[in-house]
Amino acid sequence: MPSDTTETPATAPSQPAKPAQGAPDGGVGQTLRRLSMAREFHLSVIVLIVFLAFWEWGPPLLGIREFIIPRLSNVVTEFFFMLENGRLLHHTWITTYSVLVGFFLGALLGMVIGYLLGMSPMTEIVASPYILALQIAPKVAFAPLLIMWFGYNITPKILVAVLIVFFPILINVLTAVRGVDPAMINLARSFNASRWQIFWKIEFPASMAPLFSGLRIGATLAVIGITVGEFVGGNTGLGYLLIEGEGQANTKAVFVAIILLTLIGIIAYCLVILMERWVLRYMPKRKFGDVGNHP
Amino acid sequence: MARYRLEFKGVSKHFPPMRRSDGEGVLAIDGVDVAIEEGEVVALIGPSGCGKSTLLNLASGLDRPSRGNVFVDGEEVDGPNEHVAFMLQKDLLLPWRTIRKNVEFGQEIRGLDAAERRKRSEHFLAKYHLSDFANRYPHELSGGMRQRAALARTMVMYPDVLLLDEPFSALDAQTKMVLQQDLARTLFEEKKTALLITHDLVEALAMSDRVLVMSRRPGKIIREIVVDAENRQDPMSRRQHPKIGPYIAELMSLLDIGHAEELV
Repeated sequence: MPSDTTETPATAPSQPAKPAQGAPDGGVGQTLRRLSMAREFHLSVIVLIVFLAFWEWGPPLLGIREFIIPRLSNVVTEFFFMLENGRLLHHTWITTYSVLVGFFLGALLGMVIGYLLGMSPMTEIVASPYILALQIAPKVAFAPLLIMWFGYNITPKILVAVLIVFFPILINVLTAVRGVDPAMINLARSFNASRWQIFWKIEFPASMAPLFSGLRIGATLAVIGITVGEFVGGNTGLGYLLIEGEGQANTKAVFVAIILLTLIGIIAYCLVILMERWVLRYMPKRKFGDVGNHP
Repeated sequence: MARYRLEFKGVSKHFPPMRRSDGEGVLAIDGVDVAIEEGEVVALIGPSGCGKSTLLNLASGLDRPSRGNVFVDGEEVDGPNEHVAFMLQKDLLLPWRTIRKNVEFGQEIRGLDAAERRKRSEHFLAKYHLSDFANRYPHELSGGMRQRAALARTMVMYPDVLLLDEPFSALDAQTKMVLQQDLARTLFEEKKTALLITHDLVEALAMSDRVLVMSRRPGKIIREIVVDAENRQDPMSRRQHPKIGPYIAELMSLLDIGHAEELV
């Protein structure tokens, strides 16, 4: 029944590349962009190669001694030595496992409390000074206390990670639930929506984007929490190997541990990004060099 | 006594103060009487902040009056009900739902089964020329199409009374006229009863049977104009009706008078 209009969808289906202004051939602009992205990628690889080469040959050239910055090849050799003799795989697995469990539990706790506070302004007002105090308290300072409570095992370090991961996720979820357009909630109410439906169909999905920014931060914080936990107590994990390496003035082992800890962090971060891509697939794509395809 | 589709009887709404500095709170509307018959379209205009949207919240059952009563089909409104549906200036489409899922939103909440939802949404998507975009997300559509999807979401509930709060004011002039035309025809052909809140005097006159003018806060109905012109289903031609000009002049002076009274 509505008459035909001059409106066009913001993105036409299978839209060809828009010609750049002044360039009649749209394909050229896109090819150029692709070329420049390929060039950027090549540059990144070159930077990496230069860095690794400098690591290998720089320290001796500059007269830096082996126990300050060991050469790359020695660190690699140490890595394989530790793999065979130092149960490196076992320690790496313990740390990875703790990071994943600590991150998961911290995220879950942050979400649950974030949604509960978000749905009840009263509770938030009552709880906010305590939340603020706990947020300001340096969570890693709890590590010794937790070890005194739970002993030299995997529990205290996971709890440190939980504490430290918890806050950014709580705050993001809480802010997101608070920020939902009241008109949106009124719309649902006009259809006689229950409180549960409002949460499940509006507030929860609306909080997904901020939740994932919180999770990204949490993923990196979890590694910090576990590492500190392993510094303080226990005889397993990469943090323990790191401290042990330090005690023996084995700089190579310290480097190996730092690199592996970083890799664990990168893997955790990438897992979050993958999940985010899937959950937020409805969002406008944000790609490098993708300009103005969306309103 | 005639039974009205939508009736406000001596309705006042007072908002209690949020802070101590707010004093007595705010009296948003004061003793409003409006009665709308079946199939009638009534426009409501007035200065901003005069309580037009409060009136709409009362009619949709989202809020209760402090004094007086609101009736739909002779039954007092005591909460959201399925006879009434509203549409706002913002399309309020959920960005994580496809257009089809957005159109089905109300039915989903009301608990209709999936097959029925699908059947109804197909029908209304086709009717509002959105079938090709059913599986698209709102951000992929233009403002006009999004507002049309919002209209489909409203109409798919088959409401008896439509509450329209500046439904077109966020659109560009051309899109606005097209959507006004679509809506006016739908309202006419399906004999829907509607209360249309607008800032746009021409829109009010082109689309309604009566125009009510509200005063500044506390909002009261200060004037009623029965639009004595044919073709309510065709706002484009009604815009050019010779009587519309004088009505606009009258409304403009009325709104100015309301303003001056407030200042005294």
